[in-house]
Amino acid sequence: MTDVSPDSTPSQAVEISGLSRSFGDHHVLRGVELTITRGEFIAMLGHSGSGKSTLLRVLAGLDSEASGVVLAPSARAVVFQNPRLLPWKRALPNVAFALTGDDARDRAKAALAEVGLAGKENAWPLTLSGGEAQRVSLARALVREPELLLLDEPFGALDALTRIKMYRLLRELWSRHRPAVLHVTHDVDEAILLADRIVVLSDGLLSLDVPVDVPLPRSRDSAGFAGLRNRLLAELGVHEGIGAA
Amino acid sequence: MTAVLTRPARLDDLSTGPAPDRRRIAVPRWVRRLSGPVLLLLAWAVSSTTGWLDPQLFPPPAQVAGAAWDLVRTGQLQVNVGRSMLRVVEGTLLGIGIGVIIALLAGLTRIGEDLIDSTMQVFKAVPNFALTPLLIIWMGIGESPKIVLITMGVAIHIYINTYSGIRGVDAQLVEVAQTLRAGRRQLITQVILPGAMPNFLVGLRLGLSSAWLSLIFAESINATQGIGFLMSRAQTLLQFDVSVLILIIYAVAGLLSYALVRFLERRLLGWRNGFQGV
Repeated sequence: MTDVSPDSTPSQAVEISGLSRSFGDHHVLRGVELTITRGEFIAMLGHSGSGKSTLLRVLAGLDSEASGVVLAPSARAVVFQNPRLLPWKRALPNVAFALTGDDARDRAKAALAEVGLAGKENAWPLTLSGGEAQRVSLARALVREPELLLLDEPFGALDALTRIKMYRLLRELWSRHRPAVLHVTHDVDEAILLADRIVVLSDGLLSLDVPVDVPLPRSRDSAGFAGLRNRLLAELGVHEGIGAA
Repeated sequence: MTAVLTRPARLDDLSTGPAPDRRRIAVPRWVRRLSGPVLLLLAWAVSSTTGWLDPQLFPPPAQVAGAAWDLVRTGQLQVNVGRSMLRVVEGTLLGIGIGVIIALLAGLTRIGEDLIDSTMQVFKAVPNFALTPLLIIWMGIGESPKIVLITMGVAIHIYINTYSGIRGVDAQLVEVAQTLRAGRRQLITQVILPGAMPNFLVGLRLGLSSAWLSLIFAESINATQGIGFLMSRAQTLLQFDVSVLILIIYAVAGLLSYALVRFLERRLLGWRNGFQGV
């Protein structure tokens, strides 16, 4: 049993130690240790099936079968790969869903404007583009002022051009609200562009934990980008060199 | 060296022509939707006047209209149709209430499912009308057995569809509600019930058809009022025009029930951008 305990030491947003989770005989997480500082933006890389999403689900409080110690703030919010909007609610009520307080509507409206969707309050989710729907989902998470924002491959289903815009938006929102972020992805470039620190999960353990020393603003030709990218790809056991004989 | 371009054997012309003339399709939808029934009426009138239909066995529209007018003048039609409608409305409302409540019990809890679902499948397997004689023995020949018969049919259709709708609600959305700290009540009213709404409306559509069917059975035995009573009296008195009139009334009732469900679908399922037809 884990408790996702509401309290943690002030400077830490997340403290995980000895976190294990198995499905039958399959040990997905085998004693993970991870600390996330308040306001820190961490990306977690790993192959499909490496347990990234399992770890995120534990932090989200959606998995009660894991063992170990997990401390996380109670103000948490999740953005999934699929935006998971309620299709029978328009954009604004989706953002305001389960919000409390008299000003819930106004706050939701402001959050929608913040992600660039002012004027789309009355749109039905099924009429939104993939990028727009994901922005509504981001607004729904941010309006709760989370201390920990969990992102589970949030841009995985978006096209490459929309993705670049979303990177800028996410980084902007993060610097304004300063939640701790755990961004789970399998896109090495995305991790380097966005995060301050990258951890690699392989075989149920963190195999690498590196700071991202690429100066801001970042792009794929920033100094240090290629070096870090190669290091991460090597850690993941992937070699480029496409077309080599 | 010049390049030789070979033309593909065939090119499809995908360019669209000029925008379709809007005036051509300016006939309102409801008029188009009514055209089928109106054509049927027309075919009936034509067949009667040309003598294809034996007026002794299948009376022409004018004679049926005359029969209707007689019944209206004496007030019998209003009283009997009103009585039947009241039975259908009462039975349907009760059936919806009961069906939704047990669907919630079975859909939201494991124990409810274990206790209720197989029982309801048993009820579903028993033809409603096999119960008619028993209901009359148990409850007499008053209003109760008639309304109970309608209620049971409606409740079963509502239950089966709403229950499968609740169980079909996307688990991902339930998870989202959890991560957003939605309470149990919010989860039920804003995630599960709206998610089950399309299935509920399918149940309502089937339930309403079953309600009119049950009504025919309920009123064909020992009724002293209602359109089923008019029907059996016409049968005894060989009033074929009244018999045809009753058939038309059932048809109109079915059409109106269908229109009601379609109206509800438009109001409640506006969020779906389903296939609208070409």
